[in-house]
This record gives sequence, structure tokens and C-alpha cells, in this order.
Amino acid sequence: MTDATDMLFLSRAQFAFTIAFHIVYPSFTIGLASYLAMLEGLWLRTGRNVYLVLYRYWVKIFAISFGLGVVSGVVMSYQFGTNWSLFAEKTGNVLGPLLGYEVMTAFFLEASFLAIMLFGWNRVGRKLHFTSTLVVAIGTVISAFWILAANSWMQTPAGYEIRDGIFYATDWLQVIFNPSFPFRFLHMVCAAYLTTAFVVIAVGSFQILRGMQSAASVVMLKMGVLFICIVAPLQLLIGHAHGVNVHHQQPVKLAAMEGHWETHRGAPLILFALPDQENARNDFELAIPQLGSLVVAHSLDAEIKGLKEWPATEYPPVATVFWSFRIMVGIGIVMLGFAFYGLWLLLRGRLESSPLFLRLGVLLGPAGFIAVIAGWFTAEVGRQPYTVYGLLRTVDSVSPITANSVGMSLIVFIFTYCTVFFAGFYYISRLIIAGPSATAAGEVPTPPMLSDRTNIRDFEQEMDLATSSTGDDQP
Amino acid sequence: MMETALPYIWAGLLGLAVFIYVLLDGFDLGVGILFPFAHSDRDRDIMMNSVAPVWDGNETWLVLGGGGLFAAFPKAYAALMPSVYMPIGFMLIALIFRGVAFEFRFASKGVLQRLWDQAFHWGSIVAAFSQGLILGALVQGIVLHDGRFAGGMFDWLTPFSFFTGCALVWGYALLGSTWLIIKTEDGLLHWARQMANVAAIVVIACLVIVSITVPTLDMVAADRWGIHYPHLDWARLLPLTPVPLLTAACCWMLVRSVRDAQTVHKPFVLSISIFALAYLGLIISFFPYIVPYSLTITQAAAAANAQGLLLVGAVVLLPVILGYTGYVYWVFRGKVKTHGGYH
Repeated sequence: MTDATDMLFLSRAQFAFTIAFHIVYPSFTIGLASYLAMLEGLWLRTGRNVYLVLYRYWVKIFAISFGLGVVSGVVMSYQFGTNWSLFAEKTGNVLGPLLGYEVMTAFFLEASFLAIMLFGWNRVGRKLHFTSTLVVAIGTVISAFWILAANSWMQTPAGYEIRDGIFYATDWLQVIFNPSFPFRFLHMVCAAYLTTAFVVIAVGSFQILRGMQSAASVVMLKMGVLFICIVAPLQLLIGHAHGVNVHHQQPVKLAAMEGHWETHRGAPLILFALPDQENARNDFELAIPQLGSLVVAHSLDAEIKGLKEWPATEYPPVATVFWSFRIMVGIGIVMLGFAFYGLWLLLRGRLESSPLFLRLGVLLGPAGFIAVIAGWFTAEVGRQPYTVYGLLRTVDSVSPITANSVGMSLIVFIFTYCTVFFAGFYYISRLIIAGPSATAAGEVPTPPMLSDRTNIRDFEQEMDLATSSTGDDQP
Repeated sequence: MMETALPYIWAGLLGLAVFIYVLLDGFDLGVGILFPFAHSDRDRDIMMNSVAPVWDGNETWLVLGGGGLFAAFPKAYAALMPSVYMPIGFMLIALIFRGVAFEFRFASKGVLQRLWDQAFHWGSIVAAFSQGLILGALVQGIVLHDGRFAGGMFDWLTPFSFFTGCALVWGYALLGSTWLIIKTEDGLLHWARQMANVAAIVVIACLVIVSITVPTLDMVAADRWGIHYPHLDWARLLPLTPVPLLTAACCWMLVRSVRDAQTVHKPFVLSISIFALAYLGLIISFFPYIVPYSLTITQAAAAANAQGLLLVGAVVLLPVILGYTGYVYWVFRGKVKTHGGYH
């Protein structure tokens, strides 16, 4: 390999590694922020102490995850320039404002009101505290809006013109609401909500299995199951619509996702195969005839284009796209099955007493993260060999720097992220093992504000509740 | 009219964002720089709690700096970032370690806590030093060819940039210690005054040394000030003399106010003023370049419709952002007690 190809490979590896690490945290905090807002809202409405206990438990996990998301996100905002400077130079006129709006409408909002969420209990009234939680939750979704608009534009560019190799926006609404954006945005937000719900279910299940059943762990299970019963089927529908959109907008990517080399009328749905990119064929293929056309084009004999319609220089790495897509869809189907199983148990009042459900719940805790990363691999590797689909090649996007610099920075990033990731994993696991009852016993909320006299009596009653409820937690 | 003014409006806004970043993250990095020298763990807890609610909001200005440069001046962003590839990398890694230390430190005990204390301290120092290196590299100038970086991998590393790196570490220590004068009491307050006193003297020395050496290093910056040793171009220098004179006045007042046990906000405000004047000095040295001394503000500007779209947002949103940022600082006003966290 020459220095240039080395450098391209290393830059891609570094971007893939840092973005995959980063996306884990937002996909968790987007969902968790909304969950916290829901808990605090329920607490204010019903006055039930269990919601407060859960809030104060999950907010600690939120703080750690959010911190990791912030620091790994700062890296991303500089990497476009350090490693992909030609991409930045050529697309800056179009993508720059979207990222600028993300910072101005979301990042400041999240960071500022997080301070009140975490440290403001003694300093602001309850309603203002709840508003802060709500604002943070809304901020996370606004942030997803802009970054997915930018990413979707790279997949399905619209509303632009190219002069001297530089992109210029001609219609901002078309740039933002480009053809794949609505699908990708909804798909990602639902993925984040599902990811969080599965973590919440896993934590509740884990605590019940360890004999630490409490009002809090049962609430976690019930809220989680009800939530995934709505979102998991919804996600399947959105995912399907997104797939149909890829079929129309990015046919090469779809062919790689489906593992089709030849163009078919009535294409099969390939369940298993080992794609062989060199010889342009699949080994050990296991497929259901005609189902592929039905799923993608809603007709048994619709035509699905195969990769051979295009020159080999247009192919993404087929096996990676093919398999990451299958991992994502497989997890989605398992999630759906689990949701229905949970609903069935819930209706029969046996949710917290079914060991099989609880064990599956723990097992599926990380499922959302794996599905999110697999999904992003499908989307991003499937866009190769382009950074802006069909228009700007990855090889023409990379910075004029040496392979040595990138190799060194990649090693340092891997070391740093592994250290930080394992530390974060360790501290979050410790909180999960300790359970929410430890939080409730350790600290009770302090009065909202001394000037807020009406609240003080309520507050004192709650303190009594909080202390007495820890007694209930002992089996 | 608007189209020709846009790049300058954006240069101004971005300059303001970077300056706000330097002040805000400057004081919380400064607290990290001074961290291990405090006398007790209790003092360290208070120091950390004095910045814990605001650090990630402060750091968001850095994201705005990076994102804003990408959006408003993509050519400058594309030319600049590869030229300072390594110091940017050091800074990012350092910011990761010190950022996670806020959470991890309070979750740990014993040896692990010591380790995160060190991560917080060294992360703050390396982040500040890297920013100083980048500053030094900018003052010396970036080599471009056809608008793209054409220099070497280590162009940013010179004795001068090493010096500006150290100077910025001391500068942030000054902001951090004068911030602590506002936020602390008793023994810690007394210690913060001592630290501020040392930092103030070192920072003043650094300012003098930089001002004298820049002209000897044959840099374009010196030309702006009309300084060509041994000849001085008074027509240029004279209108600019208020900058160094005001800086000198602020330095003198700073040293006095730090030693005066009655002052609370004054040392911090004076430190900010010194930063502002030094920053003004930089602007005078760089203008109209955005990548010194090879790419001007107009050359690097994004398409007018991109800058225009973003300006609409900035005009509405920046005052709102400043408003609620101010509100958060107001909510957390006053002296910090040991137990302020949710941990």
C-alpha cells in the first residue's frame, strides 16, 4: 500500500472508531433524558415517591453518560477539519450551517440546563427543575434533528449545486428535509428510545433476580414493557419505510444490504450468505424465493437491481453492509418478540415473577447499542466509496496529512477511549448493582427553596415517605 | 452591501465566541491546573464543585468555535486544522480525561480517586498548553499552497510556541485563582489569593517577553505595530499605544487588588480585562487574515447564503444562549459549600 491509501484507511478507521464510540452515549441519553422527564412529571403529578427515587437514581447514570457524550462529541466537531479537510472545504457551505444550528439550538441548551438538573435541587423550585429536565430532553432531540439532517444530506443530497468542485446550497428546505431525512431521523430517535427502554428493563430485571425487588424495580419493568410494546412495532414500520427509501434513493447500497449481485425480477430474500466481493457472488446462500421483492417493492415479481448493474468501483464493502444490516434487523425482531412476550405476562400479572422474562431482560440490556452501531455501519459503510453519495468520493475528502500522524493519533484515541469506556462502564455498573434503594436511603431531597413556603410541608412528608420506603425494599 | 459585510460580521461573532470560550473554559481549566496544590481534599472538593455545574456549558463554546469556523469559513477550517493536527489531538485527549474526571472522581475512593485527580490536573494543563501551542503557531503563520496546508507535521513546534503554551497555562491559572477568590472562603480563599498573586506576576512577565520577542522573530505581526528593530514606525505605533498602556494599567491594578483582602470580584474582572486587551492585540496583529498570514477573512468566507442563514439564527439565538447561560451562573452564585452536588 502507498502512503495515500494507508492514510485513507487509517483516517476512515479513526473516524469509524471515534463516531461508533460517540454514538453509544447519545443513543442512550436521548432516551434517558425523556425517561427522566417522564419520571419527574409523574412524580409532580401523582406525588408518588417511587418516581422521585427512580429519577434520582437514573440521573446519576445520565450524568456519567452525558459527560462521556460531551467529551467524545467535542472530538467529532474537530475531526472534520483535522482528518477530512477537503470534505470540509467542499461541503462547508451546505453542512456547516446545519452543524452551527445544532450547536446553537441544542448543545448550549443541554449543557446549561443539565447543570440545574444535576445541581439545582436546592436552588430552584420544583416546576423550574422539571422544566430544566424537559428542556434537556427536548435539546437531545433537537440535536438529533440537525445531525441527522446533515448525515442524510450526505446520503441523499438535495437542494445544492456544484461550482468548481464546491457545493453550494440552492434551497435550504430541500437541504434539510432531503429525501432520506424524515426516515433516518425517526428511525434514530426510536432506536434511542428503544435502547434506553431495554437498559431500564435490564436493570429492573437484574435487581429482581438478585432478590432486591422493590416498588422501583417493578415500575421500571412495567414502564419499560409498555414503552417497547409501542415503540418496537413502530420502529419496524419506520425501518421498513426507510429500507424502501434506500431502494429508491441508493440502489447500490440496497443491493449490498440484500446481497444481490444479479438483477432479479422476483428477487429472493437472502437470510444467510458469505458475500465474496472478488468473484462477485455469494457462498453458502440460504434464501426465500421472491420475498425480497415483496418486502422492498411490495410486489412478488418486482425488479431489484443487483450490484453487477454498476462498475465494481462503485461497490461498498459488501460483506460488512450485508452482515451489519442483518444484525440490526435480527435484533429488531428479537426486541419485538420480547415486547409481546412482556405484554402477555403483564396482562396476566406475572411480569416480575417470570424468571425467563427477567433473564431475557438482562440479556437484552445491551441489544439496543449493538443494533444502533450495526445500523450506522449499514448506513455509513453502505455509502462508500463516497462521502457525499454519488458526488464526492471518500478518497477526495481526506486531509493532506501523513499516514504517520493519523496512525499515531488513532493509537492514542483507541487507548484513551478504551480507558474512559471501561471506567465509565465500571462506575455505571456499580450504580446498577447498588440499585435505586441505596440512593433513597443515602440521600433524601433537600427543600426546593426556602422562600417557597408552600412546598415545605409537602416536602417534609416526602422525606418521611422516602425514609420509610427504604424499609419496604427489604424482602 | 450585506454580502461584503457578512464575512466581517462572522469574523467578529466567531472572534467573540472564541474569546468567551477562553474566559469561561479558561477559569475552569485554571482550577484544574491549580488543583493538586490545594491544601486538603476538602478544598479540592470545593474547587471542583465551584466549576462542576458550568464546565460543560463552558466547553460548548469550543464546539461553537470549531463548528462556527467550519460553517462560516470552511476554507480556513480546512486549511488550519491539518496544520495543527497534533496539538488539536493533544487538546482533545486532554479534555476527555479532565471532563470525565468530574464524574469519576466523585464516584471513586482511595487510589482511584487520586488517579482521577491527576487526570483532572494533567488534562487541564495539557489542554491549556496545547491551546497555547496553537496560538503560537498562528502568530508565527501557517504555510499554505493553493489554499491548502503545505507545511510540515511539526511546524507548530518552535521555542516560541512552547513559550506561548506555558504562558497560556499561567494565564488560565490566573483566571482560575481569581475565580476561586469569588467562590471560596477562609483558608482556601487565602490560598487562592496567594496563587493569584504568583500567577499575575508570571503572566505580566510573559506579556512583556512576548511583546518584545515577536518583533525580533521577523514576524508579520510586528509589522502591524510598526516595530522593525531598531527602527520604530511611530505613525503606526502611536495610534495603537492605548492597548499596551491600558494593559499595563490593568496589570498594576490587578497586582494591587489581589493583595487587598477586601476585594471579591475585582481580581477576576481585571484578569478578564487583561485577556481582552491581549486578545485585541492579537486581532490587530492578524487582521484581515483569518489564517495568518495567508488567507484573509473574505477569501475564506463561506457562500453568502450559508453565512446569511446562520446569521439569522445567531442574531436570535446567541442573546438567548447568553441569557440562559447567565441565568445558570446566577442560580449557582455565591460561595461554594463542600456539599453542593447530587452525588
